[in-house]
Amino acid sequence: MSVLIFVDNTEGKIKKAGFELASYGAALAKQAGENAIAVSLGKVESDELQKLGNYGITKVLTADDARFASLDNQASAKAIAAAANQTGSKIILLAHNNFGKAIAPRLAVKLQAGLVSNVVGLPVSLDPFKVNKHVFTGKAIGHAVIHTPVKVLTLSYNSFGLVENKVNVTFEAFDPGLTNADFGLIIEQTQTVSGKILLSEAEIVVAGGRGMKGPENWSGLEELASVLGAATACSRPVSDEGWRPHSEHVGQTGKIIAPNLYFAFGISGAIQHLGGVSGSKVIVAVNKDPEAPIFEAADYGIVGDALKVIPEMIAAVKEIKG
Amino acid sequence: MKILVLIGNVPDTTTKIKFNADKTAFDTNGVQWIINPWDELALTRAMELKETPGSGVESVTVANVGKQDTEATLRKALAIGADKAIRVDSEPKDAFFVASQLAQVAKGYDLVFAGIEASDYNGSAVGGMLAEMIGIQSVSGVSNLQIEGSKAKLVREIEGGSQTVSLDFPLLAIVQKGIAKEPRIPAMRGIMMARTKPLEVITPVDTDIRVSFASFDLPPAKAACKKFTEDQVNQLVHALRDEAKVL
Amino acid sequence: MNFAFTEEQLMIQQAARDYAQRELIQDVLERDASCEFPHRHVKALAELGFMGMMVDPAYDGGGLDAVSYVLAMEEISKVDASTSVIMSVNNSLVCYGINAFCTHEQKEKYLKPLARGEKLGAFLLSEPEAGSDATSQRTIAEDKGDYYLVNGTKNWITNANSASYYVLIAQTDPSKKHKGITAFIVEKDSPGITLGPHEDKMGMRSSDTHAVMFNDVKVPKANRIGEEGFGFTFAMKVLEGGRIGIAAQALGIASGALERAVAYSKERKAFGTAIANHQAIAFKLADMAVKVENARNLCLKAAWLKDQGKPYGVASAMAKQYAADIAMEVTTEAVQIHGGYGYVKEYHVERLMREAKLTQIYEGTSEVQKIIISRDLIK
Repeated sequence: MSVLIFVDNTEGKIKKAGFELASYGAALAKQAGENAIAVSLGKVESDELQKLGNYGITKVLTADDARFASLDNQASAKAIAAAANQTGSKIILLAHNNFGKAIAPRLAVKLQAGLVSNVVGLPVSLDPFKVNKHVFTGKAIGHAVIHTPVKVLTLSYNSFGLVENKVNVTFEAFDPGLTNADFGLIIEQTQTVSGKILLSEAEIVVAGGRGMKGPENWSGLEELASVLGAATACSRPVSDEGWRPHSEHVGQTGKIIAPNLYFAFGISGAIQHLGGVSGSKVIVAVNKDPEAPIFEAADYGIVGDALKVIPEMIAAVKEIKG
Repeated sequence: MKILVLIGNVPDTTTKIKFNADKTAFDTNGVQWIINPWDELALTRAMELKETPGSGVESVTVANVGKQDTEATLRKALAIGADKAIRVDSEPKDAFFVASQLAQVAKGYDLVFAGIEASDYNGSAVGGMLAEMIGIQSVSGVSNLQIEGSKAKLVREIEGGSQTVSLDFPLLAIVQKGIAKEPRIPAMRGIMMARTKPLEVITPVDTDIRVSFASFDLPPAKAACKKFTEDQVNQLVHALRDEAKVL
Repeated sequence: MNFAFTEEQLMIQQAARDYAQRELIQDVLERDASCEFPHRHVKALAELGFMGMMVDPAYDGGGLDAVSYVLAMEEISKVDASTSVIMSVNNSLVCYGINAFCTHEQKEKYLKPLARGEKLGAFLLSEPEAGSDATSQRTIAEDKGDYYLVNGTKNWITNANSASYYVLIAQTDPSKKHKGITAFIVEKDSPGITLGPHEDKMGMRSSDTHAVMFNDVKVPKANRIGEEGFGFTFAMKVLEGGRIGIAAQALGIASGALERAVAYSKERKAFGTAIANHQAIAFKLADMAVKVENARNLCLKAAWLKDQGKPYGVASAMAKQYAADIAMEVTTEAVQIHGGYGYVKEYHVERLMREAKLTQIYEGTSEVQKIIISRDLIK
């Protein structure tokens, strides 16, 4: 028996979410007294896969098939289901990222499994299988119970963290037996955001709201993001106004993020916004209005003008970073 | 071309979340119900496609799983412009249950829209499950969808960027923000016509419950915010490094 | 008795609320400062069907009831009374009168574009010497055979510049006093019409208000509304309905101020707790809420009577007088609750207070409403 962990890759590299999931999977396998087996689809460099051993993965099934690069959720779900059947896994884990979200529901149907997505923390109990998940967009926690013998979980990003646990890892080639007909998706074009820290995986996020006054003031925010090694984000009014792209909108109907450190400059903190960032470990708010609701959610705050504070913060961060 | 849009009935996004006394269920007292925000954007995109000359879209149908009290939400969808509504007459018990019900009605459509998640239980599951059950392709995280002849051209979000993909119909698109600029506000004429449009009620099929909620909790209250003045930016940055240890 | 709204009425209310909270709010402060006319919003509201809500669908209107109109007016006015007065004049002064009293040909030509909101209308009654006393019209329309020749001046005309069609009240036979008053539809670009300067108003600053001067303006006979001498009855009928619109506007201004006061007093802290927890503020909020609820009930009652085909002139006078007066009171208290923040423009309540003042003055001052109400009591 084993816990099966689907570790996805982006152009052959495993991202932090993958190692976090490996850490979680290893801990869950230990809790269940089972092995932590990862499955990897597509071309991934062997030293990348080797790193999974640093997080408690003892065995990796590799389907070294270039066709998986198209991130076809149908084909991937089929392959992971085959891996689950081959390993006899009753618990299958995926990251709650774009790809994981796309595959998990299909996988759950194939394996006749119960699916709980956006999970936080290890199961509270294994029998009955009880696990916590975010509900109402971070405004509450639900204690979910899965009633089926096979379980599929997707793990909320940055909710578990990396846990180093170096073990011996072995590799086994795995053929899910897919044909070209399984890969229906034709990729016409890929636009990758390069040189920028991605919002979905940033440890630090610097966000601006209406209090930034206009798109021309984002250069300061971007500079602060660059000295912090942070991603930039914005509130809904800002993306609705077209000051920033929709992909930067964090909040209930935009992206849900959970960085270690979240800066809100000139964001009042409407309930819909807080829903999208409340998973952040530490929230820093800068707002002119001392009564702004963002301060209720914040750990640290500055009552003041975001446009004045930003340059000073750039200087202060540069100073401590030497 | 026939389009189906899956509609979830969820609490208004400004709702203060409360649970009943033993914390086993969401307290629906005084809650205003709305179309799930992503579903509303999907419906808006479906209407835009229908209105685009030459798109070949002949009808837009909406469907949900819910008791009679969710019909107001469906009629809003009709007011926005959908031609027909289907309601599977049952409480939506879990994602698998909902997808199983919708599988009864989702066949025969060329394009099915689902929202990336519902703003209540955040399952992100119904669309993908339905696609698997009725055996059609799906693309998730879709922020743009065009009909180009016999193919759909979509933009989807992937880790680290976005991707333009094309595929054949039938197709299920699981959409996120950006698929339409803003949800459409129904016009007076649409509102008055909504009642004259067909709303079909369907009996649910028996399906096992795979996942349930034993109870809920609100997150623990946060400690009070430590406030600094505009002149104390330095102190704040030091606190982030030395006290919070996040820098 | 049944206080429940229909599903359609609730949807209309929500649609108006969504538009106001999503779109009008974005530039309402800028327009208050710049006095810029909200062309974009009028176009969008027209597309949604808010400019001819109660007009017969045969003439491209919404065919809606007055209750729906009150609900929509309240929501728009919560955010932006400048836009709601444009809407109110078009709906209840211009479209209503044409819909109720004009010929099929007149409706085909003028009502359809007005109901679709492609064209705007204005209602020209007030004169420099005849505001509250509508019986003494000095604008003369002289019968010249095929046409009337109009001379005179109208004051305080909402939509004067942006309207394409005017509903004009003028004297055709001064000897008959108010029985010699006649109503007309006049195209704004008729030769001889000039506008006075844009009035720099205290509130509702992005609606365009001007004086309109008529100098030998020829109005075709085909544009006369009803018979000669029908104008006074026409104007009074139109104003009865118009009062519901302005009453609902005042209601919206008051309920918008109340919402802001409640939100602010829950956020703002003093002496270690939200100011809403201090009785001085809590009781103010309670008083404001009762007033707003009373005003809402009076507005809806008047609208309901109208929808039932029952007399509603006194009910609409009560609604307008009460809603306007409490709008002034409630907005003043909302400013007080906001303290210093209330006195600056960013917090909206001072603007609502300026807007409230006009509702006590136009379309019949509060005093005129009291004349209507009291005359009915002692008749």
